[in-house]
Amino acid sequence: MDAKYILQQALNALQLGSIYALIALGYTLVYGVLTMINFAHGDVFMVGAFLCFSAAVLLELPFVPALLFSMAGTALLGAAIERIAYKPLRRAPRVSAIITALGVGIFLESAMLALNPYPKSIPTLIDNVTWTFGGVTVSSLQLLIIALSLGLMLLLDFVVYRTKTGMAMRAISWDRALVPLMGVPVDRVVTLTFALGGALAGAAGTMYGLAYPVIDPYMGIMVGWKAFIAAVVGGIGNIRGAMIGAFILGGVEILVVAFLPSTYRDFVAFSLLLILLMFRPHGILGKTRAQKV
Amino acid sequence: MSPLLEACEVTHCFGGLCAVNRFSLRLEPGELVGLIGPNGAGKTTVFNLVTGVYRATRGSIRLNGTELVGRDPHRITALGIARTFQNIRLFKDLTVLDNVRIAHYAAMRYSPFEAVLRAGRYRAEERRVLQRSRELLAEFGLEACADEPAASLPYGQQRRLEIVRALATEPRLLLLDEPAAGMNPNEIGRLMDFIRQIRQSHALTILLIEHQMKLVMGLCERIQVLDFGATIAGGTPAEIQRHPKVLEAYLGVEEGA
Amino acid sequence: MNPCRSISAWLVASPIRGAALPGLVLAGAVLALGIPRYGWVNPYIQMVLVYIGINIILAGSLNLVNGYMGEFSVGHAGFMAVGAYTASVLTFKVFHLAGASWLFPVAIVAGGLAAAVCGLLVAIPSFRTRGDYLAIVTLAFLMIVKSVIENTSYVEGASGLFGMKRLTTLPWVYFWMVVTLWVIRNFIYSKYGRGMLAIREDELAADLMGVRTRRVKILVFMLSSFFAGVAGGLYAHYLQYISPRSFDILKSTDILIMVYLGGVASLGGSILGATLYQVLLEVLRPSTFNEAFQWLPAPLFQWLSDHVFNQLDIWRMLIMPLLLILVMLYRPRGILGLREWPLLVPERDRPGKRPSAGKGGGA
Repeated sequence: MDAKYILQQALNALQLGSIYALIALGYTLVYGVLTMINFAHGDVFMVGAFLCFSAAVLLELPFVPALLFSMAGTALLGAAIERIAYKPLRRAPRVSAIITALGVGIFLESAMLALNPYPKSIPTLIDNVTWTFGGVTVSSLQLLIIALSLGLMLLLDFVVYRTKTGMAMRAISWDRALVPLMGVPVDRVVTLTFALGGALAGAAGTMYGLAYPVIDPYMGIMVGWKAFIAAVVGGIGNIRGAMIGAFILGGVEILVVAFLPSTYRDFVAFSLLLILLMFRPHGILGKTRAQKV
Repeated sequence: MSPLLEACEVTHCFGGLCAVNRFSLRLEPGELVGLIGPNGAGKTTVFNLVTGVYRATRGSIRLNGTELVGRDPHRITALGIARTFQNIRLFKDLTVLDNVRIAHYAAMRYSPFEAVLRAGRYRAEERRVLQRSRELLAEFGLEACADEPAASLPYGQQRRLEIVRALATEPRLLLLDEPAAGMNPNEIGRLMDFIRQIRQSHALTILLIEHQMKLVMGLCERIQVLDFGATIAGGTPAEIQRHPKVLEAYLGVEEGA
Repeated sequence: MNPCRSISAWLVASPIRGAALPGLVLAGAVLALGIPRYGWVNPYIQMVLVYIGINIILAGSLNLVNGYMGEFSVGHAGFMAVGAYTASVLTFKVFHLAGASWLFPVAIVAGGLAAAVCGLLVAIPSFRTRGDYLAIVTLAFLMIVKSVIENTSYVEGASGLFGMKRLTTLPWVYFWMVVTLWVIRNFIYSKYGRGMLAIREDELAADLMGVRTRRVKILVFMLSSFFAGVAGGLYAHYLQYISPRSFDILKSTDILIMVYLGGVASLGGSILGATLYQVLLEVLRPSTFNEAFQWLPAPLFQWLSDHVFNQLDIWRMLIMPLLLILVMLYRPRGILGLREWPLLVPERDRPGKRPSAGKGGGA
């Protein structure tokens, strides 16, 4: 095991972590605002990958328009799901919304399967150049994924912490009963949150489709759950936590595969998750809210 | 006579902040004592410490000589302490009858296997508790709504049900956390009669937190005043009403006055 | 109006009420024994009945944790896997060598017990975490179980075990279904069951009313996973093939759908949900409609067949999630949520039917 190998793996981990992070942010945004797990989010990511495929193959768009097409599509999808399936359930038991989300996820999978019965492969939209620095190979695609993800994350951080809409989002997560009294348009902000999360998932889907060989209607399940776990590890509802959790998860997975048979990946990742939750039940950056008696 | 409850120098701190500081209290059997103080004085924290919701940082709390600090809430309940909550915490979706039956948990003696196999002991115990619960509901005029969900009761009845549920655990000591909250003067009068009645019929010692001075002064034999987690005064209602420190805590006396 | 509810309400009110439930169980037993022996229905329907029975065991047991106790477990397929593999290893590698396939029930119980031990392991984190975090714990449990199986060459790892004898028959499934429902019902209407409901409503208040919440949680998780294990054993010996992929998150999702479709905290709901799920899945096939609508005028039939019926294979998977979403939007707790078929409620716990306090209780 030399340093070059480790550096190479670290780069791979960064790439995987970036994709997890973009999806994890969607979970955490929605959770922060509604304390609801949007289990359909992994499938929004999947739809994002297929939208990119359609843009590239059917519309023959180059990379940037394809990415924007996919992000716009998933943003609309995210907002539509919220309006149709979740909004009527805001006053219902929390579990009902979770189950509805699960139903929406299955619906998206089945619909996509009906439209695309066979796995697809996104054509290479960018010239893939590789450079070698002292034995470590870096591809332009890898750099693009990492840079683009970081850029989107910074943008999100800016939106949430520096804009009026972001302030409204944070206010709603603080006290949903109070903010309407202060003139915050809750419904609009919630829908916007779903759109924002959807757009990030669309970007993740696009990049996943470029980086990995095939996309299929069920790809969102496992990646979605993993991203959700990343959000939990970071402390669900916490934006910076989701990014940290995603890179930790990406790192752990790549390291396990690098040093152990790949079939141990899930075992190690999930065992670590359990151990972490034992010591920090609310994640790395999550806060424990004292129960009032 | 030995005290029923004896709290000795109990301290409870969250982080650096001590919500309760060297709190001491002695309750003789059969007493009715009030715990008053401004908001945030640590009154409910005292209840939480006595019932095992929180674990005291220092000090000891004994019931009939048995140490309570470090025991789980259900153990303390089984030892004979029951309580109500400031903001009603009934089992909302369950029926009124089931709310009362659940409180018999510790008193029902059969194993999970006996339950699953419907053994004789299970049936006898279930029969006994059903009858006992119905008697309790009848005693407090709630039998007509036994099969209604607890949440469907009007507010006053919910408060009453919470007390009945506490009584079902067969306590010796009953802790009432602001029983008159949200009641009008008429209802408070009835509540006072009600508390006197259950104290007699169920041979209770009662410790209550209340802001309604009419209730506290009219009902309690002894009052202890808390402020910033520490006891600042104690005595009969008449003594408390004249106590300078109490006036200061409640009315706020100007600096240096 | 729900027909099952009306019928069971009528049975409860009728003069034969004492005998209604035993009578139904007996009638079911006669059918379960008679159908395979005399071929009263075709093998395909027999297969569907077996699946419905197994589904009822799965949905009923998951409802304990998710419906009655109000936790959110997504790991039910993991307990099923433990039961399936334990039972299969026993019949396939141990009993088979001893030539004793009549020990099948022992294998099933052993599978249930192994799953129950795992249930104990999952119950312990539930002391401290609830809700979303416990959901993660159960998911992690499922993934770890899958991963362990994939890496165990003794059970053929990822390629799966096959070649078990088909020991699961309709009478056995029926037997275990009745046992499951009976045990769960008795548990629900005991102090432990009420403790479980109290935990769902307000855990701290339950503790303060004397409920030993940890003990109840352990019991509920163990009972729930025991029957998931039983269902797994039955499933393995019906399909005669199991692999880690048979017990993935999609399997858990299927069981969740049955529970929430039928209704939370309702055994009648679980029976309904499990049956509805399987029946819909089977009915929504091109062949069903092509056969059922042959009496239509030929041109109309041809058009329907081409444009609707034959498209069902593609679209039927969409109908289930749509139904789930609609049920959740209009009945957020499921079709029978928080309500029970009167027939399944022990006499002592029936509203209005209870003996008054003065006369003393007694069934």
